Amino acid sequence: MIDFRFFLEILPKLLAGLPLTMELALTSIVAGFVLAVTLALAQQSESPFVVLPIRGFVAVFRGTPLLVQIFLTYYGLGQFRHQLSAIGLWAVFREPYWCAIIALTLNTTAYGSEILRGAIQSVPHGLVEAARSVGLSTYSTYRHVILPLAFRQALPSYGNEIILMIKGTSLASIVTLMEVTGIAQGLISQTYRAFEVFICAGAIYLTLNFAIIRALAALEYWMSRHLRQRPSTMSDAAS
Amino acid sequence: MVDAFRLLGFQNGGWGAALLMAASVTVLLSVLGFALGAVFGGLAAAGRLHNSQLLRFLALGYCTVFRGVPDLLTIYLLYYGGSVALTSLGHSLGGSGFVGVPAFATGTLAIAVISGAYQAEVYRGAYLAIDQGQHDAACALGLNRLQRLRQVIFPQLLRYALPGLGNVWQLVLKDSSLISVIGLVELMRQAQIAAGSTREPFIFYIAAALLYLAIASVTGNAFYRLERKAPWRVRSA
Repeated sequence: MIDFRFFLEILPKLLAGLPLTMELALTSIVAGFVLAVTLALAQQSESPFVVLPIRGFVAVFRGTPLLVQIFLTYYGLGQFRHQLSAIGLWAVFREPYWCAIIALTLNTTAYGSEILRGAIQSVPHGLVEAARSVGLSTYSTYRHVILPLAFRQALPSYGNEIILMIKGTSLASIVTLMEVTGIAQGLISQTYRAFEVFICAGAIYLTLNFAIIRALAALEYWMSRHLRQRPSTMSDAAS
Repeated sequence: MVDAFRLLGFQNGGWGAALLMAASVTVLLSVLGFALGAVFGGLAAAGRLHNSQLLRFLALGYCTVFRGVPDLLTIYLLYYGGSVALTSLGHSLGGSGFVGVPAFATGTLAIAVISGAYQAEVYRGAYLAIDQGQHDAACALGLNRLQRLRQVIFPQLLRYALPGLGNVWQLVLKDSSLISVIGLVELMRQAQIAAGSTREPFIFYIAAALLYLAIASVTGNAFYRLERKAPWRVRSA
């Protein structure tokens, strides 16, 4: 029943889409992380002129499907071709590649900024006061006290977001980008062997996600050194 | 602006009625998928908590695969796989030609399979949150297995699971837009059709986004009320 030769035939074809999947994911995750940190920090501001637009952005991008966001960027903005040409951005919005990256980036920025905002809030206020009392500037307080703790706190949730982004790149296939899912769909409609193609493409995604989960677990382990190497006198004193 | 009102209006060839119809298809698809997903999720959670190693393995496999693989792939599997299975069934019954699976049923099943994998984790977490003393007390009262589950465990499980289920619901609502790829005319597909025939994609995708937002916020509110206002809410100190 199971035809191994067929697997061997489709596996290289599907793997050919893996670089594009990873490229889309990596670009949008890195750009999204930078933007998410910026937005999370900006939301520490008290000014409603800063906070309310960010809240609105986050609510819209978390409340609507990613597919709508990709279509709006690619087809929706395509309608404004002349205006975009006038400001020199048409070269960007003409390409499905950049539209997918823009939509994916904005989407992960919205989710990521909420994760980081929560993580920054979870840093105990006493630590901030301690930093102030030893004379650290606001910048140094964020750089050396708040952000390192917040990043470690955020890591598990941010890991989930990264996995969701890997899955999210599959939607780029709907705007003609031939990444793994796009190739899989092509193979299914050529061969009508949906199950075999699903197994093969699914295995690629599962392997990729598994590798990411392991890497993040290693990062978390590395970032919580101070929790493992407690001097024994401390635990004696505590008990 | 006037143009947008005419395009999204209810008269003179406006698309308002069609979009609202499609939005109700989206809601129906999501509700049915979520409900069927609760059955799959419940079974998978029971499997993951079962004594049998085989059942635990199968349930873990189900959750891992459908949470780790892109939802589009799952939809393609069920749509094309289902069509091939139906066609070969048709041939074995003496028919001929290609038999396609109905898009609405396939979409519901796809959402159920995907959301079931997420719901399973929610139910499992909620079950583990129930204090062991509750099981012991129910045993001590002489309740049998079914009574313990129905009268003691389920009511508590549901209220622990509610916040997590709210998250899964939001995921389901947004996932339902992917069913447009197999041709079901739900909100996303209707917006595509309107955008194509009027050449005004921007307005229609904005309209679709606003309708999704509206559905998400209304239903999100309902979950919030259920969590906070219901008499069986979790009392906190």
